[in-house]
Amino acid sequence: MQELIQQLINGITWGSIYALIALGYTMVYGVLKLINFAHSDVYMVGAFAGYYSAHWLGIAENPSVPKAILVMLISMIVCSCLGVIIERLAYKPLRKSSRLTALITAIGVSLLLENGGQLVFGADPKFFPQLIEGQEIWSKSGIVISNLQLIALIASLTLMGILQLFVYKTRTGKAMRAVSYNIQVASLMGISTDKIITITFAIGSALAGAAGVLVGLNNPKIDPIMGLLPGLKAFVAAVLGGIGNIPGAMLGGLIIGVAEVMTVGYLSSTFRDAIAFGILIAILIFRPAGILGKSTTEKV
Amino acid sequence: MNQLKKILLIILFLGLFLVLDLLISPRMNPYYLQILIYCGINIILAVSLNLINGFTGQFSIGHAGFMAIGGYTSAAFTFYLGPKILETLFLPLWFSKPLVFVAGLLLGGTLAAFAGLLVGIPSLRLRGDYLAIVTLGFGEIIRVFILNIDAIGGARGFSDVPKYTSLFWVLGFTVLTIVVVRNLVYSTHGRAFLSVREDEVAAEAMGINTTWYKVTAFVIGAFFAGIAGGLLGHYLQYLHTNSFTFIKSFEVVMMVVLGGMGSITGSILAAVILTLLPEVLRPVKDYRMVFYSILLVILMITRPQGIFGVREFNWDWLKKIFSRKKAQAEGA
Amino acid sequence: MALLELKNVCINFGGLKAVDKFNLTLQKGELVGLIGPNGAGKTTVFNMITGVYPPTEGEIRFAEKRTNSLKPYKISAVGISRTFQNIRLFGELPVIDNVLVAFHQHTHAGLLASVWRSKKFWQEEQSLVKKATGLLAIFGLDTLKNEISKNLPYGQQRRLEIARALATEPKLLLLDEPAAGMNPQETAKLMLLIKDIQKKFDLTILLIEHDMQVVMGICERILVLDYGVTIAEGPPEKIKKDPKVIEAYLGEEIH
Ligand SMILES: Nc1ncnc2c1ncn2[C@@H]1O[C@H](COP(=O)(O)OP(=O)(O)O)[C@@H](O)[C@H]1O
Ligand SMILES: [Mg+2]
Repeated sequence: MQELIQQLINGITWGSIYALIALGYTMVYGVLKLINFAHSDVYMVGAFAGYYSAHWLGIAENPSVPKAILVMLISMIVCSCLGVIIERLAYKPLRKSSRLTALITAIGVSLLLENGGQLVFGADPKFFPQLIEGQEIWSKSGIVISNLQLIALIASLTLMGILQLFVYKTRTGKAMRAVSYNIQVASLMGISTDKIITITFAIGSALAGAAGVLVGLNNPKIDPIMGLLPGLKAFVAAVLGGIGNIPGAMLGGLIIGVAEVMTVGYLSSTFRDAIAFGILIAILIFRPAGILGKSTTEKV
Repeated sequence: MNQLKKILLIILFLGLFLVLDLLISPRMNPYYLQILIYCGINIILAVSLNLINGFTGQFSIGHAGFMAIGGYTSAAFTFYLGPKILETLFLPLWFSKPLVFVAGLLLGGTLAAFAGLLVGIPSLRLRGDYLAIVTLGFGEIIRVFILNIDAIGGARGFSDVPKYTSLFWVLGFTVLTIVVVRNLVYSTHGRAFLSVREDEVAAEAMGINTTWYKVTAFVIGAFFAGIAGGLLGHYLQYLHTNSFTFIKSFEVVMMVVLGGMGSITGSILAAVILTLLPEVLRPVKDYRMVFYSILLVILMITRPQGIFGVREFNWDWLKKIFSRKKAQAEGA
Repeated sequence: MALLELKNVCINFGGLKAVDKFNLTLQKGELVGLIGPNGAGKTTVFNMITGVYPPTEGEIRFAEKRTNSLKPYKISAVGISRTFQNIRLFGELPVIDNVLVAFHQHTHAGLLASVWRSKKFWQEEQSLVKKATGLLAIFGLDTLKNEISKNLPYGQQRRLEIARALATEPKLLLLDEPAAGMNPQETAKLMLLIKDIQKKFDLTILLIEHDMQVVMGICERILVLDYGVTIAEGPPEKIKKDPKVIEAYLGEEIH
């Protein structure tokens, strides 16, 4: 029982990070109908941005919470810029091309970031500095919760809350939803779709940057291909929750995180990477619209 | 052409491949020979994936998974059962070894085809990018399962696979793949595959069982990918799941895209180019993949239809282009 | 014996009742018009008959056989073929291949025979090409058979859709606004052609038209649909004078 609860806690921590990454997939898919494969590498760049900024600012030597927040903000800004640049250079010229062309381009950008990352950052793993000293803040009857876990959870929930408010309460957020609903109609209504797409990339990438730092805190080994699998799993989370749906991404992320940790705990760690895809295939076969998504039929 | 002539032609070609093998293999620089063999294997992969992605319009990025199934199955067969079969068959080894090898390859191909059937089923409900993710996931699941089977090496890799693959077999299966896919595509079934790509609703309304054709494309494509895996395993004598990650699948997708979705000659050419390119770029090894990915992005932005688009290379076409250029030059 | 029978057929999309309690009986050899304003549910009726959307309620019978739950390709096999309002040709394929695809259910070559290219395979291919060319000739498209179909002008694409539909050898042909986008002369010519092929291929035809004037000349009977409900049915003269029809078309031009 204790073990189960412990696993659940670990799963939720991981899941909240998947959820943060999943939001970027969901938002971009909403406006462009594109699986932005490069998103997972933006997350990787986020981790490295955190790594370098922490070193440059000398935060690695004397950790504290405000400094950690500063690092996170820097990495969010870096990722934001990266996301927008990717969109401008690689995806914008393809607005009128087929979705498949865009998808292949996204794969190309992803490969570029991974291999470029190996050149720039080096292929060997690096160790993310301790921005906050790890402590156990709860340790009773065999259940351990660390402050880092709690920070990851609180930070993700906060960011998601802000996003949800933004999307539902602001003009830009409403325009974003309009574009997701129907890009042609939105542009007829006078919404500048290009601007909205840029904003979407900026926000989604910023969240990935935050996820990169949060992962670095909990799991300090970072390398240029660290985004590959978490990225795919986050996408699975987005699909599971219902693509284009913000609470859905959250829910999906948590489910994937918990399922994964349970698989490792009770089955075998080698199956860890298979479980997300198993869930994905099941959901696509039985409920392709996702848990919270609405199904649609193609008009003929 | 009547049956007899056709069979004679096949024998002639097999003889030719054998002679080529016997003449070239011992004399050629082993490095070049290896590149040649990789070219053949990649052509098999690209042409078979083109049937799924190019002609039928599905989007699979799980080809490496089928390749892994074929590779590991055939290797397990020749490694574990092969020696026993060779013992019990009272046949000369020059005859029974190839027999075991072909049986292994076919078994591997068949199992891969069965996996293709399983992957093909979600394709009935999913389109484009969703299907892509599912095939990718399937490929990864296959890999994870192989990692967990100790009898075929698990995480250590499967070593001491008998060395059966030679230039002869690679040539033979490459040509077989090309001929099968080409003949299929230029037939009533081929038109059915194409109609699924062009417009599923219209195809169905014209009496095409689109479900069947989608799954069939996956089954046939996976079969040949399995054969390619078997050829690779019996050439390197070693298999490791790291060779079958989705990076490998992407590589094959790139070949199909570069050549043109729906162009067999395009796939062949692109497979050769993309096999040679890394070798040519060897001096700048670290930048190789960066270069590769930039190339892909630029290609997609400037010429998304690939080298040949949906057309095949043919001489008339080339002549036409030249004569047009000439006419232009004269007109100017 | 009725060839096609729809009994109280309904379909909902989300909350929208796109077609409500629709009834239709077609006798063999009839040419019936289905008209109504845009969004009335005409195309949806076709989609239900051809199995694209299964009806939420009601029954569809073709030659006495219930076809409600059949897949579209099976419905094509029992002898119903159609064209699409928004042209859905196999755009990248040559004109002739569009027709050849539609022969598919009457071909015999298996996968292996196709790979082996047996003599039978070649004979069949040749006869198919000949048949397809003949069919294209009826629509004046035989000289364009090697053109890529998406490059054809609009009117020819519409005719190619009809040729393709005929290639499935249907008993019942459903035409969805075949004259859309054509000028009056082209339209008149097309209507004659439709009459012609009806005789030649011994067809029953259900014809959707948005503009009621177009079908007045050739249909023996007309159904008028508005907001998913049949508001009138009968011979053209009667329909023309029906006050409900006039109202439904109010705001649209009536000639
Ligand atoms: N797949 C679908 N999903 C939702 N609504 C649909 C769908 N197909 C048709 N409709 C709706 O049903 C109504 C009838 O459409 P349609 O049959 O195309 O009209 P018509 O062909 O008479 O112009 C319209 O309001 C249309 O928006
Ligand atoms: Mg309509």
